[in-house]
Amino acid sequence: MQAHYLEFLTVAFGVFLLMFEAFTDGKKSRIALIAAAGLTVILLLQCTAPLHAEVPSWMSRFYAYDALARFYKLIALVSTILVLLMAFDFRKILARFTCGDRSEESMGEFFCLPVFACAGLMWMASAKDLVSIFVALELVTITFYVLVAYMRRNVGSLEAGVKYLILGGLSTGFLVYGIAWVYGSLGTTDLALIPTALASQDLNLSFLLFGLALMIIALGFKIGAVPMQLWIPDVYQGAPTPITAYLSVASKAAGFIVMWKILNPFLEADAPTQAQVFLILSIMAGATLLYGNLGAIKQSNFKRLLGYSSIAHAGFLTIGIACYDITAVSFYLATYLVMTFSAFFILALVRNQEDSDAIEAFDGLGQRNPLLAAATTITMAAMAGIPLTAGFWGKFFIFKAALTAQPQAVSWCVITIAFICVAAGFYYYLKVVKAMYWNAARNEKALTIPSITKAVLITLTAAIVIIGIFPQPIICLLGQ
Amino acid sequence: MLFTLILLPLLAAIAILCGAPARKTALAAALGNIVLASFPLMNASSPNWNTGFQVLADPEINLSLGFHSSGASAVMLLLSVLITLAAVYSGKCPEGREKLWFSSTLFIAAGCIGAFLSTDVFFFYAFHELALIPTFLMIGILGRGERKQVAWKITIYLAFGSIVLLAGLLLATYHAGSFAMADLANAKVPLEAQKTIALLLIIGFGTLISLFPLHSWAAPAYASAPAPVSMLHAGVLKKFGLYGLLVVGMNVAPDGMAHWLPLLCSLLLGNIIWVGLVTINQKRLDLMFGNSSVMHMGYIFLAIAALAADPSNQIAEPAAVLLMFAHGISIALLFSLSSVVEEKTGTLEINQLGGLAKKAPALAFIFGLAGMASIGLPGLANFAGEIMVFLAGFASWKAGEPLGLVQITTIIALWGVVISAVYVLRAYRDCFQGPLVKSTEDASDLSLCGKIPSYMLGAVLLIVGIYPQIILQFLPQQ
Repeated sequence: MQAHYLEFLTVAFGVFLLMFEAFTDGKKSRIALIAAAGLTVILLLQCTAPLHAEVPSWMSRFYAYDALARFYKLIALVSTILVLLMAFDFRKILARFTCGDRSEESMGEFFCLPVFACAGLMWMASAKDLVSIFVALELVTITFYVLVAYMRRNVGSLEAGVKYLILGGLSTGFLVYGIAWVYGSLGTTDLALIPTALASQDLNLSFLLFGLALMIIALGFKIGAVPMQLWIPDVYQGAPTPITAYLSVASKAAGFIVMWKILNPFLEADAPTQAQVFLILSIMAGATLLYGNLGAIKQSNFKRLLGYSSIAHAGFLTIGIACYDITAVSFYLATYLVMTFSAFFILALVRNQEDSDAIEAFDGLGQRNPLLAAATTITMAAMAGIPLTAGFWGKFFIFKAALTAQPQAVSWCVITIAFICVAAGFYYYLKVVKAMYWNAARNEKALTIPSITKAVLITLTAAIVIIGIFPQPIICLLGQ
Repeated sequence: MLFTLILLPLLAAIAILCGAPARKTALAAALGNIVLASFPLMNASSPNWNTGFQVLADPEINLSLGFHSSGASAVMLLLSVLITLAAVYSGKCPEGREKLWFSSTLFIAAGCIGAFLSTDVFFFYAFHELALIPTFLMIGILGRGERKQVAWKITIYLAFGSIVLLAGLLLATYHAGSFAMADLANAKVPLEAQKTIALLLIIGFGTLISLFPLHSWAAPAYASAPAPVSMLHAGVLKKFGLYGLLVVGMNVAPDGMAHWLPLLCSLLLGNIIWVGLVTINQKRLDLMFGNSSVMHMGYIFLAIAALAADPSNQIAEPAAVLLMFAHGISIALLFSLSSVVEEKTGTLEINQLGGLAKKAPALAFIFGLAGMASIGLPGLANFAGEIMVFLAGFASWKAGEPLGLVQITTIIALWGVVISAVYVLRAYRDCFQGPLVKSTEDASDLSLCGKIPSYMLGAVLLIVGIYPQIILQFLPQQ
């Protein structure tokens, strides 16, 4: 099947699910399973899509399908499927804060909306024009406004929703305004034409840089980089856990592919903007790393810890963008997907049974459920970047990119900050491991793992170890 | 073949976690590993053992195992499998924690063997990290005393060391353009880069080896760790850093190492003299041996310093490797026996012990043997190593010339022999001789189970002491 049908298929599937939701009674949570199954079929169909195939002329200006697009579509599909599965096992808490009566009466849309978000993410991976990028990005963001605030009987969720909405709206404004300035100075929104426009003599560099700065700020919001990171801890904590995972992985991945696409022409060696954009990104990366890691150290809530850690990861990824190395960034995002989802599955499970997101809820887990504790240990080791886990390779490629980037290597200052931050990571990730094994359990009751979560966790932790030993397949997937 | 040496303990550990009988599986794996290791060790110089598997195309990284051409890896493999077997035998596992106890021991062993056999810098580093995680867990969960603080302290120290080390290794591989150790040896690295690499490696490896002043984690960690962990960590894992300095540091940045020679010499004297004096003041057996282990690292650093000062030094590297082996065996034996003493008498405070030799003659004998070995009594393995280190210090000095830095360091370092004789002999006298005291009245002798590993390691000390060629044969004469 041609790749561009996949997005249409996904949207149609989403509409079908909404209809299905409206016209059927009974357990709404099965929609999650249907949606996950449907997306799996689309995932399989995507494997048959030929690379670089002809795109109909009416959409060829907006749409391209190459190895990179395939990779990010895979990330979008896999993370949506995982979110739906997590939401299925998370449905009790969701129902408690949505319907109030523990029925599943009014939570059907919760399982349909991710499908639309997924369509937006897939579209974004293929977009090649500032306009189509903007439209796809908004499709995703608006879906997220709803999803973040979905637990309407929970004050935290509402607060998170409002924060996300206001800051998201602001960043949208920045983005459109930035696009307008860039269009005004270059005369095109087609990313492929920007290098030619950049080479023209009558370019007003300050107008262009002003537009670029606005766009970088807006993208900083999507990826959670300084100075637009302030929403992350609160929104992550307040949003329903599956949606936090979705925000943390898919939305961030989308933010980075968009950032790459937009900034790529401006970072090229002969672009007049290269030095300035590079400088902005380096400063952003350094500040993000420091903020994320220093903030994470004192957290006692696991969900907030993951929020800060996601800021920290954004710092590493920004180094990759600044070094002009999309392979390193993409690889990092793939490993980030695996370990972050693993962490959120664990968090959702513990939250479900202990009714708490605090790290204390993990006390004595090593005794109460050794399998879960082992999975958590591997996941945290991967997050910290310990070798033989997937997380190490992500950081490895970023450092390699930073050391070898041409023509400008990222300054030693940023590399040193990054190294210190890796060491800081050991401290706060291992705090969870410490709680599991060293602290006495608060109660002796063994934790039970629902079968879907169990299967997913085993798959994800196995993937962490396998990628940790043998990362080449992912590089091959990137077409390198 | 070499892969099986790593896979066997790993698979056994996973089997234990899945419910296989812990002790029997661990013993079978440790014994199996000795048998398996004996084949490649018989003919370690053969290139047939080298195997590899590419895990990444750019930069090229291989999961490749083999014996390093200097032969040090073969000796370290022998050390690892011997101590693994002894460690599985040693120590009393707390009720109900067999899974954790034995699987962690095997994980550490697999990490050690993997690190020493890796011929690719990446996996060399990675396997070492694999061994560290179960170490933290074991100390944190099953350690003694202030276990949580101790485990936390070593986590932070070793994480810091690892990160600095990683920076050094990445810089080295960046300049050499390859991760294969063989290519690192032939790399032409500019002098300025060599200085940076060497400094990073000295700090990084130095933290892992407890080089003064980064040593303060080591003694409390060994004192707190359960017996198998302190045996494997002090006996084997700590040699990772020394091995790394020999095969990576000296190969990729020989001039850089020479540049930092004054620093290295003053720090190693800190290990030998300062930590030596600290050791004399210890009141507990486990802390004393922990500190003595830190102190003895100084001698091995001395051999490395001699090599750095003069890369053509013929005996420095064999001296370092022989002493690493001897120290590994003797310190593992001492930690194992200290845990036996605690098990029999309930205390490790030296002033609460006395006359143990009357009640436990076998224990007293083997403890004495290990103690004498650790102070370098002739006829035991450490003597051969230490004497070679001191000879290495003077190997590049010609009579009539003024003394160089390494020679002066060697002369000061010789005082370490006196210091270690003081504390070991005094501890032995206080614990094993004299009249019986309250804690030793009901003590019993070593059981058969305790005798097997102790006699095995004791025999190794004797054999290597009398005939050091058995180890030196692995190290090709240049």
